[in-house]
Amino acid sequence: MPIPAAILTFGLSVVLVFIGLWVGQNVNLLPIDASANAPVYDELFQVLFSIGTSLLLGIVGLLIYSLVRYRRLAGDTGDGLAIEGNLPLEIFWTAVPAIVVLFIGIYSYDIYERMGGMAPLNDHSVHAMHNSADQAMAASMAPGMAMEAGAGPARVWAGISPTGSGADAVKVDVTAMQFAFIFRYPESGIISGELHVPVGQAVALNMEAKDVIHAFWVPQFRLKQDVIPGQPTLLSFTATKEGRYPIICAELCGPYHGGMRSTVVVEDPESYSAWVTKNSPAPLPVSASPVNPVPLQS
Amino acid sequence: MTLTLSPPTATPEPQAPLQPQGWLRYFSFSVDHKVIGLQYLVCGFLFYFVGGALAGMIRTELLTPLSDFMPRETYNEVLTLHGTVMIFLWIVPVVNGAFGNYLIPFYVGARDMAFPRLNAVAFWLIPPAGLLLISSYFIGSASQSGWTAYPPLSLTTPATGQVIWILSVLLLGSSSILGGINFIATILKLRRPGLKMLQLPMFCWALLGTSILVVLSTPVLAGTLVLLSFDIIAHTGFFNPALGGNAVVYQHLFWFYSHPAVYIMVLPAFGLVSEILPVHARKPLFGYITMVYSILAIVVLGLVVWAHHMFTSGTPPWMRLFFTIATSLIAVPTGIKFFNWLATLWGGKIALNSAMLFSCGFIFNFVFGGITGVALAQVPFDIHVHDTYFVVAHFHYIVYGGTVFVIFGSVYHWYPKFTGRLANETLGRLHFVLTFIGFNLCFAPQHWLGLNGMPRRVAEYDPQFTFVNQVSSVGALLMAISTLPFLINMIYSAFAGEKAGDNPWRALTPEWLTSSPPPVENWKGPAPLVTHPYGYGEAPQPQAVGASSP
Repeated sequence: MPIPAAILTFGLSVVLVFIGLWVGQNVNLLPIDASANAPVYDELFQVLFSIGTSLLLGIVGLLIYSLVRYRRLAGDTGDGLAIEGNLPLEIFWTAVPAIVVLFIGIYSYDIYERMGGMAPLNDHSVHAMHNSADQAMAASMAPGMAMEAGAGPARVWAGISPTGSGADAVKVDVTAMQFAFIFRYPESGIISGELHVPVGQAVALNMEAKDVIHAFWVPQFRLKQDVIPGQPTLLSFTATKEGRYPIICAELCGPYHGGMRSTVVVEDPESYSAWVTKNSPAPLPVSASPVNPVPLQS
Repeated sequence: MTLTLSPPTATPEPQAPLQPQGWLRYFSFSVDHKVIGLQYLVCGFLFYFVGGALAGMIRTELLTPLSDFMPRETYNEVLTLHGTVMIFLWIVPVVNGAFGNYLIPFYVGARDMAFPRLNAVAFWLIPPAGLLLISSYFIGSASQSGWTAYPPLSLTTPATGQVIWILSVLLLGSSSILGGINFIATILKLRRPGLKMLQLPMFCWALLGTSILVVLSTPVLAGTLVLLSFDIIAHTGFFNPALGGNAVVYQHLFWFYSHPAVYIMVLPAFGLVSEILPVHARKPLFGYITMVYSILAIVVLGLVVWAHHMFTSGTPPWMRLFFTIATSLIAVPTGIKFFNWLATLWGGKIALNSAMLFSCGFIFNFVFGGITGVALAQVPFDIHVHDTYFVVAHFHYIVYGGTVFVIFGSVYHWYPKFTGRLANETLGRLHFVLTFIGFNLCFAPQHWLGLNGMPRRVAEYDPQFTFVNQVSSVGALLMAISTLPFLINMIYSAFAGEKAGDNPWRALTPEWLTSSPPPVENWKGPAPLVTHPYGYGEAPQPQAVGASSP
């Protein structure tokens, strides 16, 4: 007894969904996840990968089946069936993609919120609206960020901020220029070509570009933010896995764009403090900390 | 609404003496839409080979992780020229100018375009603009700031090349606008009496939608580039942050054109596929009305998605949200079109010839690129892969796997119409197999490269990506080789191909209801009234017999 087409279609769809789920779960295309928001990103990736695989296999399967099943036999000069449309079918394949797209949109919005993308700029201003958030930011900004003109609070642009940039965050001023990143630690006065951060602690980057647009990208953190001249930009993240990861400029910035790379070193808090101690410049900057009990390195 | 610019009956005496005859027509200021269409086509293919050679240079440089094949500055010139040539001199002129000019007058039942001289002007802007662009490489430096020309980079790279780039893009944009106005006027005003809008072949709707986008968005690009040239030449500060300008405003204005540009490149391809599939599947186009509404929906939505190119540029959260939703929504009308094409094939009598193979290759590639496109529309997804090889792979799946495959399919489909001879099917199939394998080998691995940390527009990269880049370059080599059977086929068949007769595909659309190649002014007698261009499988087709004079 032949299986009714509706049941066959339904059965095939279920199989496709399972193949998609399996592929999404078991095929890994991403580098390791080393920041707090990377696993959240990977969750979204898995869902999109599963949906995409099911859809692609379904459509390509249908295409190949049609090409084989309905190939023209030699000498056949007749026409196919004169079917010009099918309203219920057309409503079905308008509605299903609409629902899938709507689901993806809502889901990715949720992901984005969990990454902190929709959150106000820092912890102090959670209750505040945008204008006051900007002012709070300007107030808590590192001196270098307070804009040259000094006329009013500078507009600060933010990327993703998973854990906010509260008082306990490690603050780093980042200068992007052709063709390097320079990291300045305002608290210790360190100026470095590599970014060192302690594992598990929030890091707030105050970024600015000297000449042209650059972008700060750490693939293992799933984070990217353009750094645009004239727009001080805040980016915060929390590294979760120790290791050395590349920092890559992702915006065409000139002939040596491909060579504009640096490294972020994520280390345990002890190693991090040791690094800070070792690299702090001899005369301590400003009077941020009144006493420094640690002897200078010989 | 009663204005009819061209009477559908033959004018008594074509102004023959003024126009060169024979092959010389193709080098003249001809006003015949068919000549202009072929001028666009051949000219486009010449630039395609230039752009392809540039792509070959890029893939050669990327064989090794070091920048060792050409100087870094040259690499940036090459990638800028590759993008600009392929978009403005190959895809846009060919899908719009070539096929639009050749087919639209047939489809509306007219003897030429609404403004034949304007049409010729629009074409003849292209060769000088293209030569100007390419010459910039030889007279100092071509633009090094990518086809996007983002300031402040474009203000600091060598000015000569950048200004020449702006000038040539302005010329090409002007040509595009002139063409767009001509298509709109022709489709709306030159329809044969008795022919209703909803009886037009789908390509007319596609080109109408495209032309609306061209006319609305290209002037914005022109204005933006004029301001950019002021910044470069007169040191104004529109986009220069050092002078108080704003670099992000440029991005908004640029993408206000350049995202619709994707639809300007893709919608005509949708139209062409809608013509090819019913003929070779012997079935009516499924869901004509929904196809029309899908095109209109894509036109409207296509105008409000531009900021999804700027999710990492510090755009405010509400804007990211809006553009994510608008972009995702485009998947719905696009999906309708693909399901309708699959339904067109379903139950047909499919001839898997070269035209059909390339059309089906298009469906596969475009669905792939569409799926990654929906993913890219999601802000959190995009933040990781923006400006990486993932995006390079995505848009090549759309514009090459999508549009260029359709261009090849269309060339095979209309070759008998252009020349009166059939193209060689064996060479055509070989061309398809090489192109399909080469294309997927070249671009599929690039998704992985982007996800794992390779940014776009780099001449040097992390050595861990060497092998995958070499695989990609092998794919590019296959694509280059695939053009050989194509070229041999086109040239050989033009002289020695099998005679095609007037209508080798037994197609019902009006361009086949005349001789191949068609006479000047398209029909010896009155223009036929074709109200069912996809009436396959229906009882006798009265419209195909040629209609009475109105």
